[in-house]
Amino acid sequence: MNEAYEAVIGLEVHAQLLTKSKAYSNDINEYGARPNTNVSAITLGHPGTLPKMNKQTIDYAIRLGLAMNCKIAGHQHFARKNYFYPDLPKGYQITQDTTPICTNGWLDITLADGKKKIGITRIHMEEDAGKSIHDMDVYDTLVDLNRAGTPLLEIVTEPDLRSAEEAHAYLTEVRQLVRYLDICDGNMEEGSLRCDANISVRKKGAEAFGTKVEVKNMNSIRNVQRAIDFEIKRQIEALGKGEEIAQETRSFDAVNGTTISMRSKEAANDYRYFPEPDLPPIYVSEEQIAKVKSNMPVLPNELFLRYTEKYGLSAYDANILISSKAFANYYNAVVQHTSNYKAAANWMIGDVRSFLNQRGMEIEELSLAPQQIANLIAIIDEGKVATSIASQRLFPVMLERPNESPLALAEELNIIQDSNQDAIADYIEQIMANHPDEVNRYKSGEQQLIGFFMGQLMKASKGKLDPKTANQLLREKLS
Amino acid sequence: MYTTFDDIQLALQKGVSVTAIVQYYLDNIEDRQDLNAFLEVFRESALKQAAMVDEKIKNGTAGLLAGMVVGIKDNICYSNHKVSAASKILENFTSIYSATVVEKLLAADAVIIGRLNCDEFAMGSSNENSAYGAVKNAINEDYVPGGSSGGSATAVAANLCTVSLGSDTGGSIRQPASFSGIVGMKPTYGRVSRNGLIAYASSFDQIGPFANNVRDAALVTQIIAGADEYDATVSHKEVPNYFPIQKSAKKYKIAYIKECIDSDGIDPDIKGRIEQLVNCLRADGHELIPVSFPMLNVMVPTYYVLTTAEASSNLARFDGVHYGYRSKDAVGVEETYTKSRSEGFGAEVKRRIMAGTFVLSQGYYDAFYTKAQKVRRVIKDKTNEILSTNDFILLPTTPTTAFKLNDVKDPIQMYLQDIYTVHANLAGNPAISIPIGKHPNGMPFGMQLIGKNFGERELFEAADFLMDFC
Repeated sequence: MNEAYEAVIGLEVHAQLLTKSKAYSNDINEYGARPNTNVSAITLGHPGTLPKMNKQTIDYAIRLGLAMNCKIAGHQHFARKNYFYPDLPKGYQITQDTTPICTNGWLDITLADGKKKIGITRIHMEEDAGKSIHDMDVYDTLVDLNRAGTPLLEIVTEPDLRSAEEAHAYLTEVRQLVRYLDICDGNMEEGSLRCDANISVRKKGAEAFGTKVEVKNMNSIRNVQRAIDFEIKRQIEALGKGEEIAQETRSFDAVNGTTISMRSKEAANDYRYFPEPDLPPIYVSEEQIAKVKSNMPVLPNELFLRYTEKYGLSAYDANILISSKAFANYYNAVVQHTSNYKAAANWMIGDVRSFLNQRGMEIEELSLAPQQIANLIAIIDEGKVATSIASQRLFPVMLERPNESPLALAEELNIIQDSNQDAIADYIEQIMANHPDEVNRYKSGEQQLIGFFMGQLMKASKGKLDPKTANQLLREKLS
Repeated sequence: MYTTFDDIQLALQKGVSVTAIVQYYLDNIEDRQDLNAFLEVFRESALKQAAMVDEKIKNGTAGLLAGMVVGIKDNICYSNHKVSAASKILENFTSIYSATVVEKLLAADAVIIGRLNCDEFAMGSSNENSAYGAVKNAINEDYVPGGSSGGSATAVAANLCTVSLGSDTGGSIRQPASFSGIVGMKPTYGRVSRNGLIAYASSFDQIGPFANNVRDAALVTQIIAGADEYDATVSHKEVPNYFPIQKSAKKYKIAYIKECIDSDGIDPDIKGRIEQLVNCLRADGHELIPVSFPMLNVMVPTYYVLTTAEASSNLARFDGVHYGYRSKDAVGVEETYTKSRSEGFGAEVKRRIMAGTFVLSQGYYDAFYTKAQKVRRVIKDKTNEILSTNDFILLPTTPTTAFKLNDVKDPIQMYLQDIYTVHANLAGNPAISIPIGKHPNGMPFGMQLIGKNFGERELFEAADFLMDFC
């Protein structure tokens, strides 16, 4: 970026809620159903139909509001946003205008050089539109109204972001949060999490904002980053040439990585917002907020603290564990059965994760129960199996036969290590007999040869010796 | 001949079948096609329902409305039946679900005999705004029946059905009831579910009955009232028994609004009759309290700002894309909207959509919409203040009797027809119009009582008393 300028970015995120039914009807809320199957008269906007409030939407909004440190409004009402579009069957969207359910919050994002607080202006409840499909029929645009009426939360930030990297970090954080809260699956490709960016640039040190441009149609966090980078560059170049930035809406073209003008501010709709007369005002009581609070799922920042402070894990390890809720849940289940938190984390971050990556699997698809990992850690801690052998030979078999006890499998594989001192002594004597030169060199001061003897010992015993005991005995015999 | 449900129940006791009663009405409808009251007669489903009810009567399992034959205004949805809101834009549209009121009527074993003509999207005061032609007054065919529920009024007045349902947004039940010499009732806002009522102005619309006596109106209201999961604005308050009506010897305390009786536009004969009634009631021992409500001149403007605003949004769904009329020669989506709506809506509907769009526009919103909301609040508070110390508010239903077809052409003059009726819709209170006299011109006229919120029971009792008293 040109050092003389800085970017000012605010994001609007739409999160589709994982409610069972739609925002204002009993229609099923699901992704990927056959077109126009989850559409009752209400979704179709047939004459005489009225919206009916899905109470779960309100609880989900409160949940997110609390997680984003917002003030939750007591009295609020819905509003109609009026505009014509083929995928908007009523000719208006039911949304919130002057009384959003959540206001004045903040969210910490993690950057390379520490944390940054991003202000949350508002979160409000609204409904999604249907989908216009332009590329399936040669002549006509097709409309699928399954999505119409899906409950959404719109999350609007303050213009606190200064770069594409910060936007990336914010969206990563939001996606992780909505997943932990169980309110949205956070899937940007399927459109269950969507983002519009308001971007302007100004001379560094200037107080006034530059003219902002809204960019739409970015279907991944990566594309949000690309779009912002392009837009910042475009605006700085234009200002450098003495041009004015037009206040407009632009669309991101993922193929070329550019943004293209969609409509100017003059062409913008007058949405004629007014209070929705078909839904009575909502009152959210302190009791309702307290109830949502008491049922809040544990949040990633809470887990981070637990892992680092209580379990003694490194920040790096903790971050890997909390990166996905399911992964953290699995880890939490493992440590229900073992207090060796570090070993549990190592198995998760190492063997479990690489297995999943190799297979392209999610942790939910793993057939091995968390308790089995704990059982595995137990027999290692008891000195029955060496960690390296467990990793190389026992764990792969456990994945194939997830219901059998690790100990029984270890016995079957014949890898139970011998901690019997006599047996170890036999091995040592045999090796010392086979390598008299090395024994002499060791005795004359080449202490590093201990590694050589250990290697021979493990090789001879096929790794079944308890290394600690073996090392101790070896030193005794050689001295 | 049956004019009331009492007549029908008597006939049922004598062994007349519901099927025969339905046939009686079908014959009447056939005879009086000139009135243009019905847009469609549901002959087949009505006779089927009648046969079913006859069976239930035989088994002793018949519901409260067995034998009652009901016409519904053409803005109330009935599953697998056409509904058009008397508009070209919904010509041949068939509803895929039933309004809650229809379900309740059918569950009580009423027979629904057809859909009744009205002003397009319930916008009008004379029933001359129907895309399917004007309805005529049952008393004299040269006169309008009033609107917007003109077909519902004419059908009951001409004995084409026992009772009918209308909708009342600014007087659309009470004004035609007054013009047709029958009873018309607008329940408290939120008493009757609006699910399945094609919306005109959501915060004003209420469904209510037309009947030849107060008792039938009370019975029907009792059946259709109550909580409904499909209408979030409907009250969960329990519905008390409106029926049978208790004859009370109670002495009422009734407020009457001076400005209404003294207003310039009121017909001297109507004014005289109201004054006479006030005096008679006083003489009978009731307290008649003159109150001042100096907002008569702002009622109609406030009403039109708010209802057109809501209508402009409510009618956006009729866009030619998903259902209803689509212009044949429209190319592209923009033209589909403009042409379908330009060709599909009538002049009055367009006028109100334009007005409503304007009052909600950026820069005008506060001057019109917000201000009107504030005035509505004041009207509500003032009304309830009067009703905190009085049982009812008495006022004329209309400033004049029915006028002749094509007589009123100026929209503003037409809007002023609603001057006494919009009050109850702005405030939300229940109001009933009962016939109180016949004008020298031969046409009937009525009088209104506005009751306390959810005070339908007391309102029916008083109206029943007044019907006998008059």
